[in-house]
This record gives sequence, C-alpha cells and structure tokens, in this order.
Amino acid sequence: MLYDLLIAPFAEFGFLRRALVGCLALSVAAPPLGVFLMLRRMSLTADVLAHGILPGVAAGFILAGLSVTAMSLGGLAAGLLVTLGAGAISRATGGREDSALAALYLLALALGVTMVSASAGSVELTHLLFGSVLGVDDPALFMMAGVSTVTLLALSLAWRPLVLECFDPSFAAAEGARGGAWHLLFMALVVLNVLAAFQALGTMMAVGLMMLPAVAGRHWARQVGGMAYAASLIAILASVTGILASYHLDVPTGPAVVLSAGAGWVISVLAGPVDGVLARFRRHRHLTG
Amino acid sequence: MSGAIRLCDVTLSHDRHPAVHHLSGEFAPGSLTAIVGPNGAGKTTLLRAIAGLHRLDGGRIERPAERIALLPQMTALDRSFPIFCLDVAMLGHWGRVGAFRAISPNRRAAAEAALEAVGLGGFARRPVGSLSAGQFQRLLFARLLVQDAPVILLDEPFNAVDARTAADLLRLVLEWHGQGRTVVAVLHDLDLVRREFPETLLLARDPIAWCRTEEALTAANRLRARMMAEAWDATAGPCGIAA
Repeated sequence: MLYDLLIAPFAEFGFLRRALVGCLALSVAAPPLGVFLMLRRMSLTADVLAHGILPGVAAGFILAGLSVTAMSLGGLAAGLLVTLGAGAISRATGGREDSALAALYLLALALGVTMVSASAGSVELTHLLFGSVLGVDDPALFMMAGVSTVTLLALSLAWRPLVLECFDPSFAAAEGARGGAWHLLFMALVVLNVLAAFQALGTMMAVGLMMLPAVAGRHWARQVGGMAYAASLIAILASVTGILASYHLDVPTGPAVVLSAGAGWVISVLAGPVDGVLARFRRHRHLTG
Repeated sequence: MSGAIRLCDVTLSHDRHPAVHHLSGEFAPGSLTAIVGPNGAGKTTLLRAIAGLHRLDGGRIERPAERIALLPQMTALDRSFPIFCLDVAMLGHWGRVGAFRAISPNRRAAAEAALEAVGLGGFARRPVGSLSAGQFQRLLFARLLVQDAPVILLDEPFNAVDARTAADLLRLVLEWHGQGRTVVAVLHDLDLVRREFPETLLLARDPIAWCRTEEALTAANRLRARMMAEAWDATAGPCGIAA
C-alpha cells in the first residue's frame, strides 16, 4: 500500500524519476539563495528575473528550436542584462525600484510572448510559460545538476561575506570586504538557478521552488544558516509530494510541486516555532528572568 | 600608537550641496575629540569620509596606515536580522580573518570576552532580534573591542540608550583613550562633552571651532553654529573658494 503510494510510480516510470532528480537538484541549491533574497528585501527581484529571461529564451528558441543550450544562453544574456538594469534603476531611484521593476518585467513578459507566438504555436508557448517537469531531457537534467553543484560550492565559499554584506554593508565597505563583488556573484547564481528552474517550471513558476521554501524557512530558525537548511528541506519535501500528487491525482506536475511548496509555506506560517500564528496563541507561563 | 588623521581643505557633499565645507585640521594621535553641531551639520558624513565610505568633493584626508573602526548609527542596521550575538562580535575579526580563513579558538574566546566586557555575557547564542536598543549598542561596542583598532570613530554612541548603559559604554571609550587610541565621537550631549572630552570640533557645514573643548563651546560659537545650519540655499551657485 505504502509502496504503491510512494515508491511504485518512480519504479515504474522513468520520466517521473527524471522529474524527481531535476526537482531535487533545484531544491538543494535554490532555496538558500531565496533566503538571502528575502533578507535583502529582494523577494520580488527573483520573479522579475524569471520573467526578464523570457525574451532571451525566446530568441534562442527562434534561432535553434527547443534546444536547452540555445535557450539557456539566450536566457543567461537576458538575465544578466535585467540584473544589471535593475541594479542601475535601484541606484538611480534611491532604492525605490519596485515600480520600475514591475514595468520591466511586464515589458519582458509581453515581448517574450510576442516573440514566441510569432514564430511557433501555442504548444511551445505553453511549454516556455509553464514548463514541463515530466519532459526534462538529459541536457536539461545535466544543467540543473550542474547549476546546483556550482551554487552549493559557491555558497559554501562565499557564505561569510554574503551574510556580512546583508547584515551590515557599511561595515563591509569600511573593512574593504568587497561587498559589491560578492553581491554580483550572488546575483549571477540567482540568474543561473532561475534558468535551471525555468527548464522544469517555466517562466511563470520558475522561482516557486526558490522563494516559497525560503519564506517558509524563516519560521523554523533564528539564524541564516538554519533558515537555509529548513528552506532546502521544505523544497525537497514539496518536490516529492508534488510529483506524487500529480501522478495520483492526475494534475499537472509543475503547478503541483509549487502548490506543495505553497502548502509548506502555509503550514510554516501557522505552525512554525518562530513567529508562527499558533505559537502566538499557545500560552506559556513567563520565565523568572 | 598611531599616526594623526589630517584633513586638508576637505569638502564633502550630497548632490553637490556641501555637507562639510572647506575643513582643515588634525586629530592628533591618542586624542579624544567630540564632534558637535546641529542636525545636518555634516558630522556623520565627515566620520564616513574618514572611514573611507564617502567620496571627497575636494581636499584630501591623510590617514594612518593602521585600521580604522567605525561605529555606525544604530538606526542604519537591520536589528531583526537572523544572526547570533557572538557572530556579530566575531565580525570584528574581519580585518584579520577575511572571507575565508577559519576563526581560531583564541579569536572565538576574544569575541566571548568582548561580550562579557560589555555586559552581554550569556548572550552569545541569542539572536540580535531579541536585544533592546541599549543591548544592541553594547553588542556593537563588543564588535569594536574585537576589532581592536588604533583609531575608533563613534557616530552618536549614546543615543537611545539608558543612563547606565551610557555610563558603561563611556567607561570603555575612556579606557580606549587611556590606551592611547585615537577616538572621535559625534555627540549631542554638551554637558557630557564638557566633562569628558578634551577636544571638540564644532561643525555646522563650515567649521566653527576645532580646539580645546571649553574654548570651542562658547555661547558665541554655538550661536554661530545655529545660524549657519539654518541658512540653507536651494539655489546656491558654485562655490568660489579656490581649492
């Protein structure tokens, strides 16, 4: 019974195993980045990026069809452009960049959809917008695993400067810690992870496995490191339950995974030990000192 | 213990409006100086420029080769950030360990001792979000202790803290002075400045006085500072003083 529920689908179908491996690769690397984005109050930036890469991906698609390499290179170029553009806008507006970012991502989304629609049918458009977790091929899988590996290595190296740059940028500057360079490296990692997630989840939900677990992780730890572990764990659980749910209930896989991550967030908001809603209602005797 | 900080005709500005205007002078090695003046007089900007965080619009600043530690205004930091007190204190080691080197047990012990010294013993594993304003300021002083720099710049160190915390922190400042470090503090409490700080720079965009405290804080000087700060010209043309 339990075997039928949890193991059989993966034992039986290769495409489910591939989907699982792809989502797990995304789950270990992207959520820690999401935690840093959240702490920098840049939660929306990831979403802007995911939309911003669409014109680049579309350009790659027009030139070479549904090729992972071409679409990724196009997306990478567009992603870096949007990142630098967003940074420039942020500096020019003194930190009040949200309206300009909203304009940027609507523009990019419309441009991308126009480009794809003009050169292909609605099947391809759906594929780019919503991804196809069950359709990840070998190149896409290698890309996700590669990005995940690079991200984990880079995070383990750059952890201390990233935390410092988040917490006290002017101390970092006074100590000559090159906060700006670390921030650029960090944003490059975010672009790579959005691109990897894009293969499976499409433009609209690419950051689902990055931001939802990160925002949920906030309710399980009081330290950046703990939040990152919690976020990755939530993402892993969401990947497994999402894929299984989509198989058993016959619903689309990408949305099922993101919905599971969303359920993880709701549970965390309610039951998490840090700032959880339920913890507020449970009354403990106060301590003596 | 350290060289002097020499300011030569320094001008600092925000959007070309000068915040500090043609300031020259010297913080002598081992001196204890208060910077006072009305709000918007350029005090914070000057500290940031000495620490190398604000671009000079004119003139130059000669710094000693040694490291300079800066205590920022508390409001400049996110006090809800998920980090433990001990980790914040250990940030003070940055100049020695940088981004990659491991923190040795000795350095860890130094950070723990610094927490103890500011009255935060037992707070090592507490998140900074649980600290009061006064405790947070004590924590930033612990980081300064760990930094162990020969030049220390303090931006409104006793703001928003109670009398006892202010007294404890002042004791640390006087200890640093006793050890021969150069200390510069932006302050608003003139009684405190008169009591404890031998030198004063009275700043109101233009320097009003920079000398022994009792000579600097005369009624006439304070009135001049107030007048200067209130006269702000939105349509000011370029400054004609030769650089």
